[in-house]
Amino acid sequence: MSSNRVTNFLVPVFAVLLGMIAGSIVMLVSGYDPIAGYSALVYGAFGDSYYIGETIRQATPYILAGLAVAFAFRTGLFNIGVEGQLIVGWLAAVWVGVSFDLPKIIHLPLAILAAAAAGALWAFIPGFLKARFKVHEVIITIMMNYIALHVSNAVIRSVLSDKGFKSAKVHASASLQSEFLQSITDYSTLHYGIIVALIGAVVMWFLLEKTTKGYELRAVGFNQHASQYAGMNVPRNIILAMVISGAFAGVAGAMEGLGTFGNISVKAGFTGVGFDGIAVALLGSNNAFGIILSAFLFGALKVGALEMPSSADVPTELVDIVIALIIFFVASSYLIRLLLSRFQKEGK
Amino acid sequence: MGVYEALQIIVPSAIFFAAPLIFTALGGVFSERSGVVNIGLEGLMVIGAFTSVVFNLTFADRFGELTPWLALLVAMVVGAVFSLLHAVASITFRADQVVSGVAINFLAVGLSLFLVKKMYGKGQTDQIQVGFDKIDIPVLSHIPVIGPLFFANGYIPSYIAIALAFVVWYILFKTPFGLRLRAVGEHPMAADTMGINVTKMRYIAVMISGALGGIGGAVYATIISRDFSHATISGHGFMALAAMIFGKWHPLGAMGAALFFGVAQSLSIVGQAIPFLKNVPTVYLLIAPYVLTILALAGFIGRADAPKALGTPYVKGKR
Repeated sequence: MSSNRVTNFLVPVFAVLLGMIAGSIVMLVSGYDPIAGYSALVYGAFGDSYYIGETIRQATPYILAGLAVAFAFRTGLFNIGVEGQLIVGWLAAVWVGVSFDLPKIIHLPLAILAAAAAGALWAFIPGFLKARFKVHEVIITIMMNYIALHVSNAVIRSVLSDKGFKSAKVHASASLQSEFLQSITDYSTLHYGIIVALIGAVVMWFLLEKTTKGYELRAVGFNQHASQYAGMNVPRNIILAMVISGAFAGVAGAMEGLGTFGNISVKAGFTGVGFDGIAVALLGSNNAFGIILSAFLFGALKVGALEMPSSADVPTELVDIVIALIIFFVASSYLIRLLLSRFQKEGK
Repeated sequence: MGVYEALQIIVPSAIFFAAPLIFTALGGVFSERSGVVNIGLEGLMVIGAFTSVVFNLTFADRFGELTPWLALLVAMVVGAVFSLLHAVASITFRADQVVSGVAINFLAVGLSLFLVKKMYGKGQTDQIQVGFDKIDIPVLSHIPVIGPLFFANGYIPSYIAIALAFVVWYILFKTPFGLRLRAVGEHPMAADTMGINVTKMRYIAVMISGALGGIGGAVYATIISRDFSHATISGHGFMALAAMIFGKWHPLGAMGAALFFGVAQSLSIVGQAIPFLKNVPTVYLLIAPYVLTILALAGFIGRADAPKALGTPYVKGKR
């Protein structure tokens, strides 16, 4: 079995390598210098303490969005609605953050819980429809994304502001922002959310691997009929899996609302974090620890990309191309496994 | 303002907004009827929009009035080629079709914006100068009442879109090719046993969806946005996907749904000019297509069943 485990580890590594190689080919073909491009990328992600702070900050919502997607994957569901659940979570967190005056020890957890609840509620609908009417969750969650976008914009305009484009800043008692973290990273936007995200990863690991409920959720994802035969309540487990996944997504939104931005603005389009979460989860093999690693990789890619236009004249979109190709290669892991097994055979 | 005047604003603009959705949704019908989920319609529209705008800007001087038509053709070809990535990943490499579609969407946006910045040095192209002409359909536009509503002062691609829905219906339900395509999507093993090449049929279907998605994006860019930026195609592919499902994977149903979504879209824009809609907050009109799709899927508006083999790669000899 050990060779299987090695393959599982090698597939994402190969996917990243192939993605980066393809990215450099794109740069070469379009007349850019790939070495200068990637050096700028690495510098922009880790070059000094400011960039490191930004990378960690970007990884924070990625970890949680990745956990949300992965939790659903592990339980046999595809939650493509993380984006929408993240937006309603963001909205709920800011709403609680601006509406109450409470001691920090109550206010901050309350705001995060509100975000989790909002995300969970948004995910409950597709979960319920799947469990009750056998409707595929992918389409419903896509539709829910757009509903979340338009509804939250309407709420921001009419409730959280007076026909304006953004809400007020959340009260200090609900904020994740930290002068200490900002000062040690040369005043980046780093905030305490990373701790929440890491706790989230531990929670997901514990829930799925160490509890009876987690075993049940995975079993239902693996084989509904067998689970039902073994006496598990399949519909309830589907809904629960979706709700927990949505809660992670909601908390990812709270990271943006209480940490990075401190408010919420009207959005013309999606944040993209929820969709990137799909890439994070896939690359992290849907494993809590793998997700932390891949979230940092994608955080570094996204933040480092901002340095590419100024130092190497390469458009930031190159990174989006690389990320898309990484997803392709992970998704087509059949290809990579095939190649790996060829190599192993030749080795013998 | 009477009902007829209100209709005179709503109906033409609904047809105007629906045309790109119809093309793309018809593409979706092909792909999904053959058993391949195509979440990548959004990305295919992005590629089509990008290609048509770039072609139009580059060759408008040389081809004059013909430019938008040629741009449509080029967008169709590029869309079909681009969809090959989805076909290779999801048919040959047995990738999860939804994941591969997501990757298509990422790649389309990344690649097209990368190229826009490379070619124009900024994140947005200039406005195109040569578009489609508005026409009155001869004879039909002279019918009293409905003539001016439906057949006057419209863009030719809109009429082509509606006609195409009937063509697709004929192809899918009245020709051997259509029968094979549907068989591959319902029961690939049975189809294979009968000597139909499942892989080939699915490749063809996905490429047709790419071609139509490319046209859809090109029509949107040429008629509605007239330039290309990151926000040109924002959710129209997904709305086309919704139209296809709302239309129960049937070409005419998809066209009807797309027209209906066109009404919703046009109401959210022209609604302010219409008295009895002025007080409806736009958010309801904006979310209407999505809410209706959810209701349709949940079975509140008739049952919608997907092709049986949708989303499952076909592995020969596997039961």
